[in-house]
Amino acid sequence: MTVLVVENLKTSFFTKAGVVKAVDNVSFSVGAGKVLGLVGESGSGKTVTAFSIMGLVDPPGRIVGGRVLLEGHNLLDCDDEAMRRLRGDRIAMIFQDPMMTLNPVLRIDTQMKETLRAHRAVSREKAHDLSRNALGRVGISSPDERLKAYPHQLSGGMRQRVAIAIALLNNPRVIIADEPTTALDVTIQAQIIFEVQKLARETGTAMVWITHDLSVIAGLADNVCVMYAGRIVESGPTADLLDHPMHPYTAGLIASIPSRNPRGKPLAQIPGMTPSLLRLKPGCAFRDRCARADAACGVAPDITHPTTARTLRCFHPITATAETQ
Amino acid sequence: MTALLELRHITKNFSRPLDLAAKIARLAGADVREIVVHALDDVSLTIAEGEVIGLAGESGCGKSTLGRIAAGILTPTVGARLWRGTEINLLPMEQRRNAALKIQMVFQDAFASLNPRMRVAEIIGEAPHVHGIDIGGDLDTYVDQLMRKVGLDPSFRRRFPHQFSGGQRARIGIARALAVKPELLVCDEAVAALDVSIQAQVLNLFMQLRADFNLTYLFISHDLGVVEHLSDRVVIMYLGRIVETAPTLELFRHANHPYTQALLAEVPTLEKRGHDFTPVTGEIPSPIDRPPGCHFNPRCPHTMERCRIEKPAFREIAPGHWSACHLNDAH
Repeated sequence: MTVLVVENLKTSFFTKAGVVKAVDNVSFSVGAGKVLGLVGESGSGKTVTAFSIMGLVDPPGRIVGGRVLLEGHNLLDCDDEAMRRLRGDRIAMIFQDPMMTLNPVLRIDTQMKETLRAHRAVSREKAHDLSRNALGRVGISSPDERLKAYPHQLSGGMRQRVAIAIALLNNPRVIIADEPTTALDVTIQAQIIFEVQKLARETGTAMVWITHDLSVIAGLADNVCVMYAGRIVESGPTADLLDHPMHPYTAGLIASIPSRNPRGKPLAQIPGMTPSLLRLKPGCAFRDRCARADAACGVAPDITHPTTARTLRCFHPITATAETQ
Repeated sequence: MTALLELRHITKNFSRPLDLAAKIARLAGADVREIVVHALDDVSLTIAEGEVIGLAGESGCGKSTLGRIAAGILTPTVGARLWRGTEINLLPMEQRRNAALKIQMVFQDAFASLNPRMRVAEIIGEAPHVHGIDIGGDLDTYVDQLMRKVGLDPSFRRRFPHQFSGGQRARIGIARALAVKPELLVCDEAVAALDVSIQAQVLNLFMQLRADFNLTYLFISHDLGVVEHLSDRVVIMYLGRIVETAPTLELFRHANHPYTQALLAEVPTLEKRGHDFTPVTGEIPSPIDRPPGCHFNPRCPHTMERCRIEKPAFREIAPGHWSACHLNDAH
């Protein structure tokens, strides 16, 4: 069952220097209990996409088009009050830095109970029990002690678990996680991904997992969208997309991961750097860095469906035969 | 191969002296003690000429502290530092300074390590000018050469650091380090903040420079993929101690220490699809309050009674492969 549908979402920032199309015609959907990986480099528009869904875009930014359907209901039609009731209840967000979620001067239990009681009438005792259960679900040992702690008394991994527990409190239909494990160590990251995987399966919550790290996505996501300069350039089922990338950008990203290269040999690299969204030329945004680009790429490629499950924005995709050459 | 830099039995503690109020409280009988962070505990490391050593471990394991001691930015609490066989601290002033110049550092955050009010040409050219390095000509030409070497357009020489992208700033940091003609570069998470496609470009630059200038690297990174790709030998640290070191292929194929094995098992890779994670439990203990015996014992799946009491010896278990684990004594 599809829980979240994003259709032709467009978010622009109207700055003095010009209009920045941070999110340009982005569409995807996530089913219950599924994890969608949203991958891209800095400035590709991943976070603005998340903020647009959550209704957190501040001026000079504005959503200029598209629809965000949560169980068939368009979030972009909601007023501030309606959005406030949905956020933290039906749709929750986990940030890269848990201190963005946690209030440093309040104890964990205060913050968790607040989240519960903001959305439903529960007694203090019931709220306490629910909070303790939520901490237990994300693998926090001795939850009673942790409830009485302040955020600064917890380690980085522990704080991120608390942030995830808070996101889970009201059993949301969708959780959007923006680089939640990027600042954590490998062993702690593995623990958190393990918990998240289990939770998505058990509770049927749909996850949008935003990251720059394709390797994390490989182990976690069911589907992947690759973003470049505000657009989704390629999407599809994780294994299929990673094994047979069709967009030259996706292929370049995969090829430049050190472990994919023979040891000590020069790494395959994508030349140049990510273009400034302010001075984006018409046409395919990747064409200046692309070995396959030609005159046709001066026009922005439309979305095509090379197979039923995949989408692509490229005139010169890498086909299976070309790859073997 | 001769040893270029040798660190012998380095211990480094950080402590904040008690303030007056705390001292008075202690005189009055209160239980006030100085908090000591044990960053490094009896660490020895030899870096051979031309070698690339990858130093890996999680946050708080002491890898940056070891890098800074190697570069001479921090002084060890206990232990000696030898450059080409002579202890640096016993050298006469001028030779000591020359040895110090031979070791340069490249930092993670190039933006924080570059002076925002200096132009690129000044940043790169200042050190060779101050130290009277033989640059064989005039300074401007030398700076242009260096900029070209690290892949920067010399026409950018009048720009300030904020006018560059992250990848370009990393290149400025490298050019700055190279300007005094070092033999050893200590790179502390030098590519960690960069996007994957830019990271590949900078790693390629490191490998190119190694060949061009015959450099030796101490490459500090939490990213095992980067370490595997670049290093000849890998050193794994955990909570202030080296737990294992081996030639790269050997370490990645036959990891001996349970911590190294856990680390390798949990690194996400493109190949581990929909894989069910079975993570090691627990968190890294605090370096203020370390567990006795083997530091990894509270999280290790093979913990025995002995691990809680006795510090395991760092022993050679195969040629060039050293590990500190009691399991190696069992057989």
